[in-house]
Amino acid sequence: MLLRKGMCTFTLMACASLLLVYVMSEKQTNAQENKSAPFKPISGYEYLAAGTKSLQDDDFQNPGMFMVDRGRALWSKIDGREGKSCASCHGPAENAMKGVAARYPLYDEKKQQLLNLELRINAERQDKMGAAGFEFESPDLLAMTAFLSFQSRGEKMQVDITGPAAIYYHEGRDFYNQRRGQLDLSCGQCHDDHVGAKLRGDLISQGQINGFPLYRLSWRTLLSRHRIFIWCNTSVRAEPYAYGSREYLGLELFLAARGNGLQIESPAVRR
Amino acid sequence: MPLLLQAVLSGLTLSLALVSAASAADALVDYQIIGDEIPKRLSQEPGNPARGREIVRDMAHVTCLICHAMPIPEEPDHGQIGPNLTGIGSRMSEGQIRLRLVDPKWRNSDSIMPAYYKMSDLNRVQELYKERTIYSPQQLEDVVAYLTSLKDR
Repeated sequence: MLLRKGMCTFTLMACASLLLVYVMSEKQTNAQENKSAPFKPISGYEYLAAGTKSLQDDDFQNPGMFMVDRGRALWSKIDGREGKSCASCHGPAENAMKGVAARYPLYDEKKQQLLNLELRINAERQDKMGAAGFEFESPDLLAMTAFLSFQSRGEKMQVDITGPAAIYYHEGRDFYNQRRGQLDLSCGQCHDDHVGAKLRGDLISQGQINGFPLYRLSWRTLLSRHRIFIWCNTSVRAEPYAYGSREYLGLELFLAARGNGLQIESPAVRR
Repeated sequence: MPLLLQAVLSGLTLSLALVSAASAADALVDYQIIGDEIPKRLSQEPGNPARGREIVRDMAHVTCLICHAMPIPEEPDHGQIGPNLTGIGSRMSEGQIRLRLVDPKWRNSDSIMPAYYKMSDLNRVQELYKERTIYSPQQLEDVVAYLTSLKDR
């Protein structure tokens, strides 16, 4: 009798634990299904306060437009030993450069490397104009990237990650998911897992890069994609990489591809 | 079934563990994890809850408030990443709170929370912070004392 009672209890417990395992695995499957739902890119614009949105929307108030104007002047400024400007070969940027920035970073077959807009501008200056490249984050380079990106405003970001670009994309994806710094955080832990939650007073966005170069109100300056990477890295107390480094080019390509389909907003305005 | 096994195993590890930390980083104060607690304080002086309340809202200290809501009504912006810490002192012992500050990843390697007293198993730490922990032992104890004081009424 006692034995039978014991058996009964045992069977009951076994059933209960099987049920538990079943319920847990169901739960896990559901979670996985949610995770594999298609990723929908959302521009950082959607997380802005109304006042900041209207600053970006109005070209007469948008503080980034000064640099677009500076870039427009540079476009037709003769420089270097060849005695040429950008316009000497390309003509009006409004025609020649429409949609170009939306495809960067881009793998260059001749140079056999991935180029972002900054590196492309400097390569053209050196190779075609015989002029020195602009320094990273200098007002002239920011102005040129802002002016060129402005020619793609409203165009959908569409970078190519096939062929030789694929390796950069995969390196960038690994970088994005790797924890780093004293705070031991990966990009994705905030910009995938906690989008829309508040980090102190700020809403966490997806970390999209379709607005760069953009004007950051708290810094009162226009900044490049690589400058914000440096800032993000040092915010988690990680050693940053250099402007134009292979690591940041890979990250830039991964992020651009992650946001493929978003409209270019340059010069965007952010908090 | 693997899940159940995992649960049993981790339970076993928790109850048996008596780990001496600070193997790689010699400069760290030695501490012991017993069960899921660090029962003994790390500083000479006891923690001061009033100082702790200042540290958790000071932006220079990678503060709790960045990610957690706390009963600090005079601060307008509280984070929403981690659980609300109101009443945490009723839900956890002092030693449990201490372990979760020293190294939250000891229990859950996927935790997003930084370890406030750890220098090893980190990737590419900025030169400036390489030989440093986020909190000093005294700061850690001040915050432990403050959080332990947050009781449900």
